[in-house]
Amino acid sequence: QVKHPVISLRFVFIFIVQMGEFKVHRVRFFDYMPSAIRAMVFSTRTERLALARADGALEIFNFSDNYFQEKVMYGPRRVAVEALCWVGPRLFSAGLNGEITEYDLENLRPRYTVEAYGGPIWTISVNSQGTLLAVGCEDGTVKMFEVLKERIQFQRNLDRQKGRIISLSWHPSGTLIAAGMMDMIRIFDAETGRATHRLLVDRGAGASKSKEVVVWSIAFLSDHTIISSDSAGKVQIWDGLNGTLIRTHLITKWDVLALSVSQDESSLVAGTSEGTVVQFQFISSTVDRLDKDWVRTRTFKNHSHDVRALAHTETAVVSGGMDTQLVVRPLLDKVEKNTRESAMRKVSFPHRSLVCCAKKAGLLLFQFPDHLELWRLGESDGYGKLGGSLPVKRGPEKLIQLKRKGEDHICCSALSPCGGWLAYSTVTSFRLYRLQNGSISICKVSKLPKDLLPAHQLCFSTNSSKLFASSSNSSVVVVALNELECKYLGTLKAKYGCRQPVHQLSASDNGKWLATANTDCEVHVYNLDKLKLHCTVPVYGSCPTAMAIHPTTSNLVVVHADQQIFEYSLVKKEYTEWSRRLQKQGLHSMWLERDTPITHVTFNPKNPAHIIVHDMFMFCIIDKSLPLPEAKNVLYNQMALRSLPEPDRVLHSHGFKICKDFQHLLCVSLLEDHSLVVVERPLLDIVSQLPAPVRQKKFAT
Amino acid sequence: MVEHGDIRVVRRGGSKINFRQPVITNDSRLLLCASGHSVKVFSTSTEECVHELRGHTDLVTGVVVKPSNHLQAYSCSLDGTIRLWDFTDGILIKTYDIGYSIYSIHTSAFHKGVVFTVTSTISDKKSESFQLVAVHLPQSGDQLVKAPELSAVISDVSSNPGAIVFGRGGEYIASANGLHLEVFFFKKQKTYRFFLKKDTKTGGKNTFMCVAAHPKDDCIATGHEDGKIRLWRNFNHQKEYTYSTLHWHSNAVSSMCFTPEGTNLLSGGVESVLVQWRYNDVSQRDFLPRLGAAITHIAVSPDGALSCTSHSDNKITIIQGIKVSAVLQGLVTGESVETDLMVDPRSKALVLNGKPGHLQFYSLKRDKLLYNLDIVQQEYIHELGLQQFKVVKVAFDASGNWMATVEERKQKDAEQELNLKLWAFDEQTQSFVLNTTVADPHESRITAMCFCQAAASQTTMLISASEDGHFKAWQLRRLAPDDGPSCLCDFVGAYRGLVPHCCCFSADGSLLAVSFQEVVTVWSPASWELLATLSQPPKAIRNLCFGRLSCSKYLLGTTDDHLLCCWNLLTCSLEWSTSMDISLLLGDPLTENIAAFCCHAGSTDLFVFKPSEPRPVFSLKAVCSGKVTHAVFAPREEMLESCEESSQWLNHSQLYFLTQCMDLMTFTTKAEEEKLMASSKQLLIDDSVAMTPFYLLLGKHRKGESGAAASGESAGRPPLPQGSGAVKELLRTPAHVLPSTSFLCSMFVKSLLVSVGDASEESKPAEEEMESEKEEEDSEGDMESSASRPERGSLARRSAEPAAPPLTKAQLRELRRVKKLDHSWLTGLLRS
Repeated sequence: QVKHPVISLRFVFIFIVQMGEFKVHRVRFFDYMPSAIRAMVFSTRTERLALARADGALEIFNFSDNYFQEKVMYGPRRVAVEALCWVGPRLFSAGLNGEITEYDLENLRPRYTVEAYGGPIWTISVNSQGTLLAVGCEDGTVKMFEVLKERIQFQRNLDRQKGRIISLSWHPSGTLIAAGMMDMIRIFDAETGRATHRLLVDRGAGASKSKEVVVWSIAFLSDHTIISSDSAGKVQIWDGLNGTLIRTHLITKWDVLALSVSQDESSLVAGTSEGTVVQFQFISSTVDRLDKDWVRTRTFKNHSHDVRALAHTETAVVSGGMDTQLVVRPLLDKVEKNTRESAMRKVSFPHRSLVCCAKKAGLLLFQFPDHLELWRLGESDGYGKLGGSLPVKRGPEKLIQLKRKGEDHICCSALSPCGGWLAYSTVTSFRLYRLQNGSISICKVSKLPKDLLPAHQLCFSTNSSKLFASSSNSSVVVVALNELECKYLGTLKAKYGCRQPVHQLSASDNGKWLATANTDCEVHVYNLDKLKLHCTVPVYGSCPTAMAIHPTTSNLVVVHADQQIFEYSLVKKEYTEWSRRLQKQGLHSMWLERDTPITHVTFNPKNPAHIIVHDMFMFCIIDKSLPLPEAKNVLYNQMALRSLPEPDRVLHSHGFKICKDFQHLLCVSLLEDHSLVVVERPLLDIVSQLPAPVRQKKFAT
Repeated sequence: MVEHGDIRVVRRGGSKINFRQPVITNDSRLLLCASGHSVKVFSTSTEECVHELRGHTDLVTGVVVKPSNHLQAYSCSLDGTIRLWDFTDGILIKTYDIGYSIYSIHTSAFHKGVVFTVTSTISDKKSESFQLVAVHLPQSGDQLVKAPELSAVISDVSSNPGAIVFGRGGEYIASANGLHLEVFFFKKQKTYRFFLKKDTKTGGKNTFMCVAAHPKDDCIATGHEDGKIRLWRNFNHQKEYTYSTLHWHSNAVSSMCFTPEGTNLLSGGVESVLVQWRYNDVSQRDFLPRLGAAITHIAVSPDGALSCTSHSDNKITIIQGIKVSAVLQGLVTGESVETDLMVDPRSKALVLNGKPGHLQFYSLKRDKLLYNLDIVQQEYIHELGLQQFKVVKVAFDASGNWMATVEERKQKDAEQELNLKLWAFDEQTQSFVLNTTVADPHESRITAMCFCQAAASQTTMLISASEDGHFKAWQLRRLAPDDGPSCLCDFVGAYRGLVPHCCCFSADGSLLAVSFQEVVTVWSPASWELLATLSQPPKAIRNLCFGRLSCSKYLLGTTDDHLLCCWNLLTCSLEWSTSMDISLLLGDPLTENIAAFCCHAGSTDLFVFKPSEPRPVFSLKAVCSGKVTHAVFAPREEMLESCEESSQWLNHSQLYFLTQCMDLMTFTTKAEEEKLMASSKQLLIDDSVAMTPFYLLLGKHRKGESGAAASGESAGRPPLPQGSGAVKELLRTPAHVLPSTSFLCSMFVKSLLVSVGDASEESKPAEEEMESEKEEEDSEGDMESSASRPERGSLARRSAEPAAPPLTKAQLRELRRVKKLDHSWLTGLLRS
């Protein structure tokens, strides 16, 4: 039985802690910094949220599958995406470089780019029929693009206005379009292209009177009501038929940057620079009367910085902004209370691993968008008492900082277990490096096989002789590596017609198996000797978030986004006994209610019954030999369990040894020398690196 | 000992006017508020008390204006009755007996003939849960009516009347209690309940404090413990309800009120700032700060012109727009009275702690605050846990020319700060002016302070005893011939290092008694010589008191082991002693009577005795519950001439005392009460009429009339000459519908003339017959609109003359005719 001691002594960068049977390297030198959220758009049809970050990354979250971050894409160059738009299943973006880009969601890259020739584009909007895209440009034109099957084509300009077009919204009928500009709102007839109304927006009071007011966001409702939010802190409700102002709600002293209206147009949210999200509801003033009014109701404060992007789904308000967190705040009047849906979620870390650990060499590879860092872990030879910290003989050392070549983001990277090879891939290129002399020297492998295309995921075999790279159409390229050359061995392909990208790769220790998982929830296992498909794990309805093949028993452990765990025997091609038992009894409800996915699975070579998994807030050693947690008992973590009296402890002990001593985990891995590496990135460190928020008067200061 | 039935404990003066929400009448001229056992009617413009509606026998717990008649008001009380008053005239119209203690009353125009009261749940009284009950008031002509029809509406409500409110014309009622809000729709008979969590993660406390409902929209505002205001909407859905939050108050919101048009929401709390929120734009707020004390209730007049706030310091502020227009100040008792009750010898006003750092001078006779005297002269900062300077001791000299005060502040980890201040009365400003400040007069707390009360003595001497083991004598002296006198320490006395606890001068100022724990020392102030020590071991002395007049040779003291001792100072020996747990011993300055409040089995008994006589003059058991620690004899301005032996002790002065709940109580005799009732009846005839030349004429006439009526009653004559009805109608009819004055004048004068003989009397019925035909034609249309008015009029009349025989049919008809809205009375008048 594993005992988890308490940590008492701290060092600046490394914590080596005696931890039951483990020595723990507590790593805090990964300065991971997520990027601010710039835009988001939600598609009710596919239940997916597309999100654009300030560094140009695009992320797609599947809301029907536990808000799992399915895909991460990077634009062609490092340009900020200003607006996003779903047209059916197609995703378009527009940015200040003046181009409209459509994305290839299967190969995770831009499909094509169209120049709008109107200067920077501030906004993009599609009509409800999905036939016309309207973009608002810096030069004051609204440009219409026809959506064709394979591309988009410029159709015409609406009447050109003075001043830039900041925001656009189509009337649901598709005949009218409202444009938010500097100091005013224009309503255009979409057919003739003429401006029919000009609504003047008041400037802010006092000193900001001389400053132009920016209509940051606008919404055109089906009853011809126009709702605008502006830089003077107002949310205004206009009558779009007569062009008159109905109501003004002053909700902040700063800017109101984002608006989002629910599908049924009964609720509306506005995001402000103060980090608040204000809800308005369309409510009748008295019970028995029908005339309704927009009334300010709730205020959510989940952000410390500007709320730049908002989405109003049927049951929740999704918000994101400068503080880099994606917050899903359920509306309690729309969901059942005390269920999984009613819990608030914050997505702070990506749902995939950015850390690669060379188990044999004791090296760590950290992936940043524009560079890679290679660190050697510290060493200690002392023996400390349980829970104490050990003296550090040699501190951790940054060996290499490898800058990317070109403009593109690094989208995946890998380090071989022996520490001799390093590979990374961007959208356009693939690079392989040879590390020597304890990683002091690095040289690029210049002769690469032609089949080695830019990859979505990379993986080395345990003996570092093979490299696996997932590429388009769910295929995996296998390359043999040795001192002299690297040779293309073949391409693993599951079956015809599978197009979704592979996001998880896992090779077995004995070099026999390779498991792949794609975003269609399919898990394939290949026989590497034959380079052929060995078997397909029965498809489960939720996306795999992490998986690994057991070194000795060759069982594949897959963890899904809905927190389910499966163990599949590759030899017998069936679920193992333990997995069946687990499914029969069901996982504990507290396990299922965790809101971050498991991002890593690893095994304890000394004890084959142990599976080590971790998410952002905890890591857990699952002991298969112990009984499963009972549903009626509370799922205690080890710390809480220790504080219980002795008889209760026996009663409550179970096979899930949860440790919450380390927080905000990016990686937990077990080295060859049986020491545990824990990579932490405390959220407070991220917050402290954010720019200062807008000044707010606090009570009693 | 004999119990004396004719002396009872009453609240007279100084009762709370901030106990319940005040009510402003429709015309914004009067303000009604519950005050002790009565309802007070104040004028909103002059701040004077117009009437005191007496009749309840227990605490009045609510006042509301009757929705169907804005000239009448209901009041409810813990005595289990609801009374209907004509508050303009101060007449009790009806009494409804409910039978259960009523904690608050609510009415709405939607419910005719029904009032809603909060009563204690009958099943078990220990847990003190309350329910809202609808009471159907029976339509009956009797004065005292039983109201048996009760039906529970909402169970488990708060006893705070501010937590129950009618919404939108009475279509629903909202009640908040603890952490849940309950809305009951009368039409659908459906209840919706909304719950909040006890605490939020950010430390908010969600307990409901008060509720207000928008008069036109379906919006309920609730105030919470952490200062938030929530505006609830869509509450006719159990799930899709929604609320928005407003936050300005830093502490609990104690009261809220919407203005009648619903454009503004007023809220207040302990910050003593009235906040006005715009209903349509809640980001805009107006503030009325510095209202003096925490706001406990807010009310708005039905026309929205006035609003008023009740404050924790027993004050009602009347606010016009966003400006204070009048202040009604009651006696400030606060949570504790540090100074004893004192009577200012000059103004005969009661003196005690008032606002923080102030002394208040309260006239008991006029039941009005005279003025506040700032003793501490420092800015008062409201903050929880902040220690302020407190006035702890006050003493007056016999003439009222000098006043001494002691203020102290004890801060954590800091030394005690003490100030002794001497104040001189300034004839010009008619107020006390600071003369001397002695910083740190003693090294420790001052336990007792007294002036030499001898009227004859030339110098003014003050004694202060302190925990540091000394007592000091302070004397007023002129340092320079042209300077005013100032205070100097004359003598420092001590006795064996013991702590002095009480000090007391004899009536002639020749002796000073100071108790040092269990020893009483008697000093001569002239020579500062220790004359005698008296001791009654083993317990410390609690109170000391010299006898007066014929009993001046006696010194009385009480000890901690419940002993009352009386020493004879001539023999320096114990005259008598008896075992009693006396909490307060008080000598009447005008007679030789001594009052002792005796704590016994959770309640207090009163004994009044003369030290020379073995038998008590008066005793009353169970005066009030709890311990009485403050009392005072207030000299009467005019002596009572009671010949009964038991009430003679009240002839010269009145005994006031403070109960544990800080209510000021006094003793009254039956004779006195009757006198008071008689005077109040006298008042209610004239008060409804403004002071105009008209009034002067009329007032005289009325007096004559009432005299005539009194004589007429006995003769069995119909008591209503036509003229009076005409005059009444003349006064009641709005000026703009009256004919020109010249036209009216002759009629009016004629109506005042006493009719000559029965000749006209006989001719009248015939005319009436003629009239009535014409009347019947148009009466159908008019009857409905004026239905409520004749009823009221007849009620008022009936209660005014309870002994009058029932009116005959003809009289009733005539009465109705006079009351008609059309001006047929004019023609009648012309003919007569």
